[in-house]
Amino acid sequence: MSWLIQTFSSSIGKKLLMAVTGLSFIGFLAAHLAGNLTIYAGGAAFNTYAEKLHALGPILTVFELGLLVFALLHVITGITLFVQNFKARSVPYEKDRSAGGRTLSSVTMPYTGIIILGFVVFHLINFSFVDKSDRTIFEIVRSAFANPVYMIIYVVVMIIVALHVRHGFWSAFQTLGANHPKYMPALMVLSVIVGLMIGFGFGLLPIYLWTVR
Amino acid sequence: MKKLPKRINLTLKIWRQQGSEKKGHFETVAARDISVHMSFIEMLDSVNEQLAMEGKDPIAFDNDCREGICGTCGAVVDGRAHGPQKATTLCQLHMRQFSDGDTIVVEPFRARAFKVLKDLVVDRSPLDKIMTAGGFISVNTGGAPDGNALPIAQEIAEKAMDAAACIGCGACVAACPSASAMLFVSGKISQLALLPQGKPEAARRALNIVKTMDVCGFGNCSNHRECENACPKELSIVNIARLNREFFKASFFSDET
Ligand code: HEM
Ligand code: SF4
Ligand code: FES
Repeated sequence: MSWLIQTFSSSIGKKLLMAVTGLSFIGFLAAHLAGNLTIYAGGAAFNTYAEKLHALGPILTVFELGLLVFALLHVITGITLFVQNFKARSVPYEKDRSAGGRTLSSVTMPYTGIIILGFVVFHLINFSFVDKSDRTIFEIVRSAFANPVYMIIYVVVMIIVALHVRHGFWSAFQTLGANHPKYMPALMVLSVIVGLMIGFGFGLLPIYLWTVR
Repeated sequence: MKKLPKRINLTLKIWRQQGSEKKGHFETVAARDISVHMSFIEMLDSVNEQLAMEGKDPIAFDNDCREGICGTCGAVVDGRAHGPQKATTLCQLHMRQFSDGDTIVVEPFRARAFKVLKDLVVDRSPLDKIMTAGGFISVNTGGAPDGNALPIAQEIAEKAMDAAACIGCGACVAACPSASAMLFVSGKISQLALLPQGKPEAARRALNIVKTMDVCGFGNCSNHRECENACPKELSIVNIARLNREFFKASFFSDET
């Protein structure tokens, strides 16, 4: 098994971990968004969706544990990469200009990542580890977003998630070795579209809930 | 048509460092009466003559061919590896890229793996270590095989040639926000993995070369794409994707460890 440890502790192996876990999160976000869109159909629809989801029981638990393991891998590897990359340029440049490659998204990956981590904890405290005995999940969500501070925090973080995904999506394909002139230009565009869809998809919900509070 | 000014005066804010263990600092040096037809290296020659006249220590910099083919020259000029012109080595960068009165910041390639030896001269021997680890093919001695015995498709030969255009200058490392050597390494891997002569050792090469790259202290690729934009030979990150595939193939599907 030493070969496996060797593979995943190498620079490319660590990026493989980032790509696989990162793409899985994007898949998770797509499913999460599809579920959340039921909010537009009203509180009853959203509560039914939540009930059906929880009726999955052990399947849901397995899924959640998988997400937790992936999150640990993504975060620990991401922080390792950040520290190593920071050290690799021991003396920073006096003047540092882009040659035309880097983007706002690409240079902020570690910072947007850390903010997302903090947000996920906050989000779980808000809506998962909360007493649901006397209120439905829709009531909990609606009362949260009646507070403009919550609404603004959520919208801002969704913009940050969109930034992370805008670089992460195509970058993960590149890391996996899937880069060919036949489709890479399309993937680069798709990366922006996926980022926008996540940003607008999740970001508009708190605004909507606030306006109908 | 406006006539180009024949000569310009510049101010260099240039990194001076006596030796690898010494502390360095920026020094302001005047570059006077510089012909716009000079290359950046010739401009440094001219400044050095002036410094020598004044009894000062000339600026140390690496160079050899001065025609963009050897990969010996290189510095970060105004925040860009090899300066502001695309697909151009420092020795091929002409002073007409600058205007009279400009202040230009000149720094050595910065990476933990590249120690500064003096002023703009850095130790790029980690790139040689990578070459020794796998940037070669093993060929038995004996009669030369017939040139046409191994059919190679034209497109494949072109791709291998594109990868082989790398001159080992290290600008990709210098330009990468993470000081990663992946573009350089991917050039070597691609050039050999694409051709039948490179295939027998492909798995061992991929593993050894990546191991060596990591040990040398280069950073990890974050797909910023600065390297392909700074590379004087315009190597594409398509090569990095190929390096990753070769590494995965070797790690998960070969007998090599
Ligand atoms: C919504 C959750 C998240 C999604 C969808 C996501 C997605 C991704 C994807 C697809 C990549 C690209 C992988 C590659 O380049 O091969 C990536 C990279 C990265 N992620 Fe995340 N991520 C998320 C959360 C986080 C968190 C919580 C952190 C916390 C530290 C983080 C830190 C990073 C870092 C530092 C990178 C860049 C790695 C590198 O290229 O050097 N991410 N992410
Ligand atoms: S890949 Fe380009 S930038 Fe990097 S060493 Fe080779 S020629 Fe220089
Ligand atoms: S001196 Fe040879 S490439 Fe510049």
